[in-house]
Amino acid sequence: MSLRILLTALLLCLAGAVAAIDPLPFADETEETRFRELTAELRCVMCQNQSLADSNAGIAGDLRREIFDLMREGMSDAQIKTYLTERYGEFVLYRPRLNASTFLLWFGPALVLVAGAGVLFITLRRRAARLAGSDAGRGNDTDTAEDW
Amino acid sequence: MLQRLLPLLAFVALALLLFAGVRMSATRDPNVLPSALIDRPAPEFSLPRLHQPDQFVSRTDLLGAPYLLNVWGSWCPACRIEHPFIEQIAREGKVRVIGFNYKDEPADALRWLQRFGDPYADIIVDYDGRSAIQWGVYGAPETFLVDAEGIIRHKHVGPMTPDVYANEILPRIGASR
Repeated sequence: MSLRILLTALLLCLAGAVAAIDPLPFADETEETRFRELTAELRCVMCQNQSLADSNAGIAGDLRREIFDLMREGMSDAQIKTYLTERYGEFVLYRPRLNASTFLLWFGPALVLVAGAGVLFITLRRRAARLAGSDAGRGNDTDTAEDW
Repeated sequence: MLQRLLPLLAFVALALLLFAGVRMSATRDPNVLPSALIDRPAPEFSLPRLHQPDQFVSRTDLLGAPYLLNVWGSWCPACRIEHPFIEQIAREGKVRVIGFNYKDEPADALRWLQRFGDPYADIIVDYDGRSAIQWGVYGAPETFLVDAEGIIRHKHVGPMTPDVYANEILPRIGASR
């Protein structure tokens, strides 16, 4: 008996959590999935560390409704993203587009990796050369401190 | 010798970089988004007047002279803070001040103006916040400077201050005449 009350209470709590995000009249599951995926890729402009899908800020709700209407008007995901960046800037995209100003953002980590690999390669080559050299003249290895 | 100094140099370079980052974030509020609409035409709109809800104001109605579009709502505490200064700007008369009543109940808005004063040359009402999305508004207060040709020249997020007005708005009003 008390278990049933507990379960009911739990369900009511869950219902509250779901209702925090305003319901939209989706036609079918495909539309809803598309909406979920699209809003998860867009940043809430007010709260900034939440996606549009998670945020219950007022502006996020307004933008969700706007996106829903744009979907109904037949806009593609790319068109909707362009529409939002024209108004709120690149910032709204969690995956920024590739252009001159985002080049470092996209390829910076790879460049650092390549640079690191280069340094490692050179260091190993030098060490190998030095070891070969000290093998040849065993006994006079004067600068072992350099050898880290 | 150089090889031994290299880690130290790398450390100093990194420290300088991070220090510069900290200094930059002190002068610039990271929560303020730059507007994507600067130097682009103000969006089209047709919104009712707060005082005459049966009359609509459109983008073209406001052309001819620069204006400040002040986004506010009776629900917004920071709007109350900037309000005396908005009144001062309107009194000085260097630029028209148009109110943009954002997601507000008209009755609340009217009461708020009665209590704190109504400096606006005109007030347009965006009841459901749809038009605000066209402007890239994400909160209140925000203030746009639109020139005589209807081009957005500047946007300030947060309460308008004498400092911002003197340094960011006034020079651009001179330029937009």
